[in-house]
Amino acid sequence: MTDSAHPTKAVTVIAPGRQGLMSSMRDLIEYRDLFVFWIWRSVKIRYAQSALGIGWAIVQPLFSTIVFTIIFGNLAKINSDGLPYAAFSFAALLPWTFFANSVTESTGSLIQNANMISKIYFPRIILPLGAMVAKLLDFAIAMVVMIAMICWYRIVPGIQILALPFLILLMFTTSAGVGILLTAMAIQFRDIKYGINFALQLLMYAAPVVYPLSKVPEKYHLVYALNPMVGVIEGFRSCLLNSRPLPWELILIGGVTSTLLLLFSIHYFHTKERLFADVA
Amino acid sequence: MTKPLISVENLSKAYRIGAKEDIPDTLASAAKTWLKSPFKNFKKLSRLNTFEGTDTRNIHWALKDVSFKVQEGEVIGIIGHNGAGKSTLLKILSRITQPTKGRAVIQGRISSLLEVGTGFHPELSGRENIYMNGTILGMKKVEIDRNFDDIVDFSGIGKFLDTPIKRYSSGMKVRLAFSIAAYLEPEILVIDEVLAVGDQEFQNKCLGKMQDVAKSGRTVLFVSHNMAAVESLCTRGILLKNGSIALSGRVADVTTEYLKPKGSGNLDQTARFKSEDTLIRDIQLLNSNNEPTDAIATGSDICFSIKLQSDHPLSNLTLRIVLTTDNGIRVCNCNSRIETNQLFDVKQSAAVEARLTRQRLAPGKYLVAVGVFHHGEELQNVDPAFTFEILASDIFGTGLLPSSRKAVYLPECEWIFPGLPISSN
Repeated sequence: MTDSAHPTKAVTVIAPGRQGLMSSMRDLIEYRDLFVFWIWRSVKIRYAQSALGIGWAIVQPLFSTIVFTIIFGNLAKINSDGLPYAAFSFAALLPWTFFANSVTESTGSLIQNANMISKIYFPRIILPLGAMVAKLLDFAIAMVVMIAMICWYRIVPGIQILALPFLILLMFTTSAGVGILLTAMAIQFRDIKYGINFALQLLMYAAPVVYPLSKVPEKYHLVYALNPMVGVIEGFRSCLLNSRPLPWELILIGGVTSTLLLLFSIHYFHTKERLFADVA
Repeated sequence: MTKPLISVENLSKAYRIGAKEDIPDTLASAAKTWLKSPFKNFKKLSRLNTFEGTDTRNIHWALKDVSFKVQEGEVIGIIGHNGAGKSTLLKILSRITQPTKGRAVIQGRISSLLEVGTGFHPELSGRENIYMNGTILGMKKVEIDRNFDDIVDFSGIGKFLDTPIKRYSSGMKVRLAFSIAAYLEPEILVIDEVLAVGDQEFQNKCLGKMQDVAKSGRTVLFVSHNMAAVESLCTRGILLKNGSIALSGRVADVTTEYLKPKGSGNLDQTARFKSEDTLIRDIQLLNSNNEPTDAIATGSDICFSIKLQSDHPLSNLTLRIVLTTDNGIRVCNCNSRIETNQLFDVKQSAAVEARLTRQRLAPGKYLVAVGVFHHGEELQNVDPAFTFEILASDIFGTGLLPSSRKAVYLPECEWIFPGLPISSN
């Protein structure tokens, strides 16, 4: 066999307690190829043996949009900041669907692969993170539908569309913050797994998905914005539909909570990581 | 002396074991228990991995104060009966679970194989699973690229490379899985009984590969129940008993100690198993003159005298006697029901004799296991009950003795040479 390309010997210390942050980072870099293959595997197997395949990525937000347009737009006549209700709700469902699906996928990732966890070592965070990154593909496909819709309604996005990549980043960090925390908890408390879909359904009403931000009294906006998805959703509407100027103050508040949540989640996951095999 | 590659100091691992629940005895207390149970469950779940304030009776030490050092190039066989802590030790060294106490320092890249085919997904093709499983094992993509053709060759899956593996036979899956593992190139390899896979031909191929790895100067920790494999592969043995090291040293010494029957010392002149409180009270080895013994010559009768006792009547029983060589090869499986088409009863006590007439076992040490079954359900299995020895004797009547280590069975064989026929006896 050929000699391996590892001139410096890695030293591994196994002891009770948390692994050092540096050595965790080193492991993560060491296993980067696994990360790439895991994302790819998640994408590949999700729609295996299904006729519609990746089309499912469009079906979910599209049909929600249709139902919302009929119920909230036509029957309840909720105001949509002067925009066509379909475009108004689709622009919100775009980030929300990613958030809900990636959190669900991430939460199930460790439980579904509990067998792997008890048989081999690898940085555990690869599983939830990979599942979430894989969901970005669905997001990208739904984005194409969004663009088609913008063209259909002849909406001209404003200059604020340049902030979109930043909003997507905020959408991802928020999802990762919630997802990683719940994943680490779900392996020990299966209640999380059972409750998550229900909770996400209810949480949708805690963000301006079916109604506009203007329905929420002004004085509560700053508290409301502690939910990072508020800034993300209103930001998406502003960027894509030119509904209003970019709500910087909401995005900023959301950015702070989102970052703090993500840091806390990573810390929590890292603390619990080495116990997963015992509780899985 | 160079620095050891693996140095383990006082490694211990505790697990929480389920304590008995309080069973409610009234409807009111049942309702109370039911209402309180979510909180109790929550407390129980969150304490799954902590040990503060726990009654020591509820803690099981799967591993206790294990210390050893491994030098570069050593091939260590870790053996022990079920529950001795072998898997726990491997899991800690492979960083799957963390120790409760103690530490281990490992110099170099370590790979562990507690199972083959981890991460395989049925929907992915053979090619895709090679990359998936390889990276999970810690290989880099470039390493897999480099060995890809060899892996495919070794597994023999050939034209099915791009077929989803859910269409593979289970043998093909296992072969593919082992082939990927065979091309791991770590400095230290930790293996748990992955040899027992595939058909005989493939097993031999695997054993050959393992031997190559062992001889290539790689450091290997090998857990197995197969003493023949341990003896042929390992340079040193570690015997675990109840979570602690019982013996560490030359492989031959360690395997001998492992195969020593439980309970009785070997000083006893006769081979015997005795017990006070179980169904099988006594098993004794008798020679052709019905005298207790622990050594019998090749070619003569072996008689097992088994005494059973039970405080309630048992009916329709089957006895099974299994003989195994001291390096783990199963020689025979004598089943009273199949061989006689009869079942037997135990009123209070019963004595059963099993006679192997003119047995033709090769000289060497053998282990006896005796089990009692009731309609296929095991009531008791004493495994091993004791060991005995088959002594070399001139069974062919030629004045020449059969050799002890070449094979287990010495059949009557008729040889015909060119010209004149000769009978074996």
